Formats: sequence, C-alpha cells, structure tokens
Amino acid sequence: MKILTGNDLRTGDVVWWTGYDWSRHVSDAAEMGDNAPDVMAREVAKRVVNDCYLVDAERTENGILPVHIKEKVRATGPTVRPDLKIAPPDPAAGNWVI
Amino acid sequence: MYKYDTYDQEMVDTRVAEFRDQVERRLAGKLTEEQFRPLRLKNGLYQQLHAYMLRVAIPYGTLSSKQMRMLAEIARKYDRDYGHFTTRQNIQYNWIKLEDMPDLLADLASVEMHAIQTSGNCIRNISSDQFAGAAADEVADPRPYAELLRQWSSFHPEFSHLPRKFKIAVIASDEDRAAMRLHDIGIQIVKNDAGEIGARYYAGGGMGRTPMIAPLIRDFVPAEELVSYAEAIMRVYNRYGRRDNKYKARIKILVHEMGAEQFIEEVDAEFEHLQGQNIDAPAAELERIIGYFEDPAYETGLSDEIDRSDPDFAVWLDQNVHAHKQPGYAIATISLKPVGGIPGDASSAQMDVMADLMEQYSFDECRVTHAQNIVLPHIRKQDLYAVWQKLVDADLASPNLDLISDIIACPGLDYCSLANARSIPVAQKIAKRFADIDRQKELGELKLKISGCINACGHHHAGHIGILGVDRKGVENYQLLLGGSGAEDVSLAKITGPGFDEDGIVDAVEKVTDVYVAEREDGERFVDTYRRLGMEPFKEALYG
Amino acid sequence: MADVLSFRDDEPLEEPAVTLDAFLDQSNATAVRLEDGEDARQLLPYLDRLALIEIGFSTFGDGRGYSAARILREHGYTGELRAQGDVLVDQLDFLRRCGFDSFAPETPLDPADTEIALTRWKHVYQEAADDRHPIWSKRHG
Repeated sequence: MKILTGNDLRTGDVVWWTGYDWSRHVSDAAEMGDNAPDVMAREVAKRVVNDCYLVDAERTENGILPVHIKEKVRATGPTVRPDLKIAPPDPAAGNWVI
Repeated sequence: MYKYDTYDQEMVDTRVAEFRDQVERRLAGKLTEEQFRPLRLKNGLYQQLHAYMLRVAIPYGTLSSKQMRMLAEIARKYDRDYGHFTTRQNIQYNWIKLEDMPDLLADLASVEMHAIQTSGNCIRNISSDQFAGAAADEVADPRPYAELLRQWSSFHPEFSHLPRKFKIAVIASDEDRAAMRLHDIGIQIVKNDAGEIGARYYAGGGMGRTPMIAPLIRDFVPAEELVSYAEAIMRVYNRYGRRDNKYKARIKILVHEMGAEQFIEEVDAEFEHLQGQNIDAPAAELERIIGYFEDPAYETGLSDEIDRSDPDFAVWLDQNVHAHKQPGYAIATISLKPVGGIPGDASSAQMDVMADLMEQYSFDECRVTHAQNIVLPHIRKQDLYAVWQKLVDADLASPNLDLISDIIACPGLDYCSLANARSIPVAQKIAKRFADIDRQKELGELKLKISGCINACGHHHAGHIGILGVDRKGVENYQLLLGGSGAEDVSLAKITGPGFDEDGIVDAVEKVTDVYVAEREDGERFVDTYRRLGMEPFKEALYG
Repeated sequence: MADVLSFRDDEPLEEPAVTLDAFLDQSNATAVRLEDGEDARQLLPYLDRLALIEIGFSTFGDGRGYSAARILREHGYTGELRAQGDVLVDQLDFLRRCGFDSFAPETPLDPADTEIALTRWKHVYQEAADDRHPIWSKRHG
C-alpha cells in the first residue's frame, strides 16, 4: 500500500495523511488512491506541510509501518534514543535491517 | 576571545530581524518552499528526517561559559534537552520548530552567537585548531585570521550563491589538528624567512563522494593581503565552478579538472586585479582583532607536579591531557565518546557542567574539536584532579582521546535524511567490543571514523580505519577503509573489499587491529604499520 | 518601461539588448545581454559605448551574474546594469552591492518588501561595487 507523508511546515514534525487531515502517528495513515496528486498539491498550497510524498507501507502487528528502514526510522524516531520514540515502540528496533 | 563591538552586534541582530521577516513571508505564502529553502539553509535550518535541524555556528570552535550555558538553555527551551557537537566544531539541535526560530536566534544573538552561513551554498563557518593559543608549536594564534575571514565572508554579496558549499580551515602549526588540507581552502599561518607572518594557501581539498587533498596554491600571502587572496580564489570558483551537476560543483572538481597550474594562473590574475579594489582591511584591523586573543593572565611560578596517586585519574591524565605552552598549565580534552554513548552528543546538564569548569578553571573558555570533543584549553596542573572528579560525576571523563573508541560518527540514518545506513549503532558496538581501556591503550592512537553515506560527514576517508555505510539492495552494509589521515600526514583511506553487515563490520575492525598487533614494529601506530605493509595482510585476514 | 525597477537618475534604456555573440560580431549596439556564465571580461574593450548591460538570472541560485557585475564595475563601467530573470526580494541587496542599478524581475516584487530589503542592512563587512564602506573602515576612520 501507499501512504502519504510530509513535514509540518511550522514545526517540522513528521506527519501522515489520514484521509482528511494530518496525524503525527503513522498508524493513522490512510491508504492512498488515485487522488494522491490532488491531495499533495492542495496540502502544499495550503502551507500545512512544506513538502509531501508517497511511501510504500504495510500492515504489521504494530499497525501500519513504512517498508523501507529510512521511512521506518522517520515514522518512529531515532533507533538509538528509545526515550524519544514517537510510537509505537518496537523493542526490536535496534535490530532492524532494511 | 573575540568580543563583538556594536557593529558586529548590529549585524547579527539584523539577521535575526531579517530571518523573522523571511519566516513570516514563508508562512504567509509570499515565499514558496523552493524559494525559502536556501534562505533558511543560510541560517543553518535543515528539514531533517524527524524535524527541522538547526546548526549553530561556533566560530573557530571557541566558546565562553556564557555561550555554553546558552547552548544548554536552547536545548532545554526549544529542543529535547541535548545537542550534537559536529566535525566542523559547530552544534546541531535535532528537534527545532520553524515558528520558534526567530526567538531562538534572538536568544543566541544575546550572547554573540548565530547560525549565519552554517549551511547553504556560501562560505561556511570557519574552523581552526582546537589548541589555538595554548599549543607550543604554533607560529601565532590562528583565530584572529579566522575572525578576519569570518567578517569578510559574512553576507558577502558576490559569494552568497556559489556553485556549492565552501569550507575554510585556518591553522598555524605544522601539526594539523583541523584536517586543513581536506577543506575547500586550507590556510596555514606561517612565518617567512624575514620573520613576517603570512598565509600558506591550499585549495581544492574535500571529502564527500570524490575525496581530494588540497594542493598548495601559494606558499606565502602577506597577512595584509589574506582577504584579497581569498576573494580571488572565490571569484575564480564562483565564475568557473560547475553548476550543471551538484556532485561536481565543489572547488576540488574545478581545481582537478582545470589543473592546479591553470587554477593558480587564474587566481593570480584575479588577485593582481583585486589589489586596486580596496578589498583588504588596514593592518590596524588585524591588530585590533589580535588584541582579543592575547594570552589570558597566566599565573607564574606554578608547580608542574601532578599527584598521580588515583590510578583512574592517571589513566585520564595520560590520555586526555596535552602539554601547554605555559609552565604550570595543561590542555585537557573532555571526551564526548562514552562507551555506548552517541559520539558528540551532550545533554544540557553536561553543557552546564562544562560551562562551570570553563568559568572556574579555564579562563572562561573552551573549544569544540573536529573530532567532536571539548577542550578546556588552560587548566592549572594543580587543578586537573578537581576538574577530572567533576567530569567523572557528569559522565564526561572517558579516558579515550585518540583511541579506537574516540570515534567520529555522523548522525547517520537515525537522524539524517541523506543517510543510507546508521552510523551511531555501529560506533556503539565497536566501542563496546573494545571497551577495555587497557586494550585500547595497547592499540594506541587509532582514528576510527564512520559515515552513514557517501557524503562523508563522518570523515571516513580520513580515518586510520574508516567505515562507510551504504544501502546494498535495501540492506544496510558497511565498507571498511584503511590508511586515511586528516592530520599533517594527510592521506585518503582505501576500501579493503566487499562490505559487511552491522556485526560483521565490528568483527572486521577487530581482525585488522589483530593484524596490526601481530605485525607492528616498535613505536608504530596502526596507520604506520598499514603504510609499511600495504593492504594485503589486512585483506588476507578479512577475506582470506 | 514600467516593469523595470531603476535606481538610476536617467531613464531605463528601451533599446533591446543584443546577445553577447551578436554584440561581438557587429556591432554598434549600445545594449547587450549576458546569460549566466558568459564572460563579462569580453565586454571590457567596449564599456565606454555601452549604455545598458543586462545580466540574465535563469534561476536565483546561479550566482555567476554577481561576479560579472562586479567585474564590469571594477573596470569602470558606469552605464545601466540590469538584473533580469529570477530576481527575488532576498537577493536585491546583494545585487545592489555588486553594482546592479536596475531590476527586471520575471515576477513582480512586492514594493513594501523591496523597500525593507534595500534598507535593512545599515552596515556591511566588505568592500564591493557600491558606495558603502566596510565596517573595518568605520572602525579605523
């Protein structure tokens, strides 16, 4: 599945498109369909996010997570600072490989 | 250290007001992200993996206690209670909000600090020798020359839209503690036969995806023409540097493609032309700046004796303390590389401790090193034990300076949107594998440097042992390099062969150190043995 | 010409600027246009008879025009020096300092923002092609 992500213009926070708004939690992300380009253009124009793009994702035990490690780290926080993790905590994060 | 006058202060304050206006225009939609990006980058603000990242300038790595306390305060007030000291002697915060930036910059300006030109295609913050002013081997303190160049390069109208970023380092001794020849311009302040101070210019060095060692461009530029010579180099680069491909846009590619001889001809012609253009400040301006870098009021008649009866202190003393030019004093380096920690990170509480120590024991001054440590430059030898005890309490007393666990590592994929692989976990695993300090000391000076991508922010090309993280078909993979150096014996490391996974690279590091221990001759460091033997025995151990 | 923002006392020249090649080929044109990266020094023999040199900025990030402008001014060119193309508010002060005295931006500039941008910086650190004096000269009289 494809999900839509960007960074909040004012705060820089990683955000995910829920189908009607942006959430800081990847588990809220909605699967994107053909309307993705319209949503992206509209949200950038509204200056809610400074940029946005689609990423590959999958449903896991912990909810929706991006497939690639870079987006996984983006979604959940630095693997070396578990205290700063966003959500959901993954005890195996230190052992992730791409 | 340098103090702003009303002009310097007004320049920084004006930039705060300008950036406040730029942020407002961005939020109001008057600037697109594409238009805003270079404006925020020129004020050190990146969009990184998790949030905006702010890089604050620490000119030539020198800080006062008041400034260090403000860095701690910024971490508490606007970030998540920590900061990351970088290989260019700056500090980065990882969780900054755009809407907080104007107030944050105003706070920085209140202690003569800023984020001006810490990113973007302009002349970046100028780095220097962390032992400047304290080292016995320097011909002069290099920082006044760096300050002269800082002012000249700040908001330079002609050189604010360069083909690519531009980094300058200034040193003043034959021992190179600043990786000077791996910069776009490297300057060594020297004395000529007539006893005059001037600058030896190197240009076209750098790391990144095409590492180059800067060739000598001019052996001696008189101090009073230091700036116009830099201006000549910049103009040649701005006019002829490639703009068709950002990966070939650094000055090193221009010098390489044009050839050093032709490049020197172009620079010389421009330099000659610029002599009539009133570019250089009068000698009185350099004298004014030098006045701020006079020696502090050292006490005389101090004892050089140090009580070594505490064995843990003695280990730290032997490893982290260097000779000072002044009798009775020493240079102490605070390692930001505790075993299992994140190289270069310091909490706000630790920054406050360091500020206290600077204020109480080191004439209110510290330096950030390109190896991501902190130097207390002027400690009375009789105070070293007290300083060490306070460092122990703050988890800042790792006695591992220049040893295998004193690792330079970029933030890697844990923080950086450019990275292909994580650097910090690899650094942590290596440090844990070699945690025994006796074993580290047995291995001696061993500079291990890790980058999480080809851009080489972790200086892997300059490591005695370098590690480069790559993305191999979607899997983090680590290449091993040997034989680099960023010091006066500058050299570029070579790749050993196929890469390793995260645990494999730790084993590989251990194997090459085993080869060294078995093969070394008296007094040889790891890199010396490698240079004598070449790659083969190491390859044999790794892949044979 | 309404779309040219001029800081000169004389009227902006309306004669169309010819390309550098065309200028060097013939010509008795008094207006010439340099594209990004064209060598301003080729014009040095002709500065006396030029009334307008227009320098194109294809994107605001391409800074070669700044060096071109300074070189022309350093060699005594006093005619109109116009920046045309992707010219944005936040570049104006740098462009002025390098010797540009008129602007033909592709997208019109906000007049209020322009005024602020051009008056914000009371001091400068370097000598350039304008008449502003570096801070070091103020420090030392």
